[in-house]
Amino acid sequence: MKGRWLTGVLAVVLVILAISSLFVGVIDITPASLLTGDIEHMKIFLVSRLPRLLAILCTGVGMSVAGLIMQQLCTNKFVSPTTGATISSAQFGILLALLFMPNSTLWSRTIFAFATAIFGTWIFVWFIQRMRFKDVVMVPLVGIMFGNVISGATNYLAYQYDMTQALSSWLTGHFSMVLKGRYEIVYLTVPLVMLAFLFANHFNIVGMGKDFSKNLGVHYNLVLFVGLTIAAMITASVVVVVGSISYIDLIVPNAVAMFKGDKIRGTLVDTALFGTIFVLVCDMIGRVAIAPYELPIELIVGIIGSILFIALLLYRLQHGRKTIKLPSPTEKKPTLQGEVG
Amino acid sequence: MFVKELIKKYDGKTVVDSVSFDLPKGAVISLIGPNGAGKSTVMGIISRLIARDSGCVDFEGEDISSWKSKELSKRLAILMQSNNIQMKLTVEELVAFGRFPYSGGRLMAEDKEIVDRAISYMELQEFRMRFIDELSGGQRQRAYIAMVIAQDTEYILLDEPTNNLDIYHATNMMKIVRRLCDELGKTVVLVLHEINYAAFYSDYICAFVDGKIAKFGTVKEVMTKETLAEIYKVDFEIMEIAGKPLSIYY
Repeated sequence: MKGRWLTGVLAVVLVILAISSLFVGVIDITPASLLTGDIEHMKIFLVSRLPRLLAILCTGVGMSVAGLIMQQLCTNKFVSPTTGATISSAQFGILLALLFMPNSTLWSRTIFAFATAIFGTWIFVWFIQRMRFKDVVMVPLVGIMFGNVISGATNYLAYQYDMTQALSSWLTGHFSMVLKGRYEIVYLTVPLVMLAFLFANHFNIVGMGKDFSKNLGVHYNLVLFVGLTIAAMITASVVVVVGSISYIDLIVPNAVAMFKGDKIRGTLVDTALFGTIFVLVCDMIGRVAIAPYELPIELIVGIIGSILFIALLLYRLQHGRKTIKLPSPTEKKPTLQGEVG
Repeated sequence: MFVKELIKKYDGKTVVDSVSFDLPKGAVISLIGPNGAGKSTVMGIISRLIARDSGCVDFEGEDISSWKSKELSKRLAILMQSNNIQMKLTVEELVAFGRFPYSGGRLMAEDKEIVDRAISYMELQEFRMRFIDELSGGQRQRAYIAMVIAQDTEYILLDEPTNNLDIYHATNMMKIVRRLCDELGKTVVLVLHEINYAAFYSDYICAFVDGKIAKFGTVKEVMTKETLAEIYKVDFEIMEIAGKPLSIYY
């Protein structure tokens, strides 16, 4: 089967990249120097290089899976944590934590970010469910606007309370602050992604619409609620540690779905692998491009991501694929209102 | 299954007005009537997709609202006009969703067998690995019916199954409906706009006008010049073709 083959290739590529990423950096660590027991190198390896790789893996898996869940549940290929106000809500939460609890720990910031990310995503989805004229492009546009309103509030508050400096670390995603002891929150993505895999079929069915779900005895609102919460929590745990990383959640699930379809059980592993490779490659470019300094990953992802995104759009336009145009399941057709018996 | 004194209002406008009927088992029943007569709404209510304002829907001795949704989905399947779902699923994946109420997504050997049978019953073997959004309208409709067959329910409710299909595919769809009843022993309830399909392929017709039942009876009872003229407010002629009363309207 074509699908299995793809998964294998992605896995091999990821392993090779992951290992080589461990030896990219300012200080020239080589496998040989580690084996000879260079204490200094060993320390850097364990405190910085390895945590960084693990954070990248979790980020890649988490963001791409969060995107996959959100676009499935909202039945819109352009809805993701980036366009669905989840990321900006999480940032808002971090700011609140910084404001109200000046000596907040990573944990308390995480709790704030979780709460606001979940809340913001719910509001967005609640709002689009009530929109009367829904268009594929309209829904993410509303999300982007909503996200910008929240970012605006965040920036205003940060400016008022002289927090812009402190906040900037969470506004632009980068892995340079990932060190042992201050990144472990990102591990939360692992159980959450496993949970998502467990509910994969439920998410698929909910993505097929309210009537479809009811017919199969699936509780539409409950699953929608749980799914969005999982996606928001994954996003928030990434934002707290790494900062905002956009595009991955949008592009990766789209690209994988083009080859492998929309059955989540069948695409989740590939989506996670591809997402991780994407993050890893972008991070390595960022580390190498202006060495010994480094560029934040958000910048690299932004450049590569937007190019890929345009390519994706063009491909779909050229092939006239209907897949891009998914009407929302929650859309109340006027015919249901009784005009047509 | 029977329905008593069903009432549904939208924004103060009564769409379904004290509708009562008994659904005969093991038959094909068509709901017909002009636009806005409430037939789709009634279908939605008896399948628990739409909430009612008052009245009762009794399914196997219990009100439909006291059934567990999952249990009900093993007894009653509803297919709304499904052409607007354009998810990239293969035919096989779609049909396998029909087993969801039983297996919760983990297909057992028995489920796989049922899925296989449903696919071959709908003659979709050659398309089973194809994505449903790459199929023609008729094939896609058949894929949805295959899913409903895999769901293995006694009752199948179809909302305008011939909508958007050309004459060839629509006629085939009606033949499939007939086979669901005759070969698999299902009770099939359909909302139809094309009254001659209703007349030719169903056992009973339930005609709606303004949210009320104008007539519920066998095909022969409903398909009369007078009744149809009263329902649709146009002139009708009835002709008997192949032993079935078919109508001409002008």
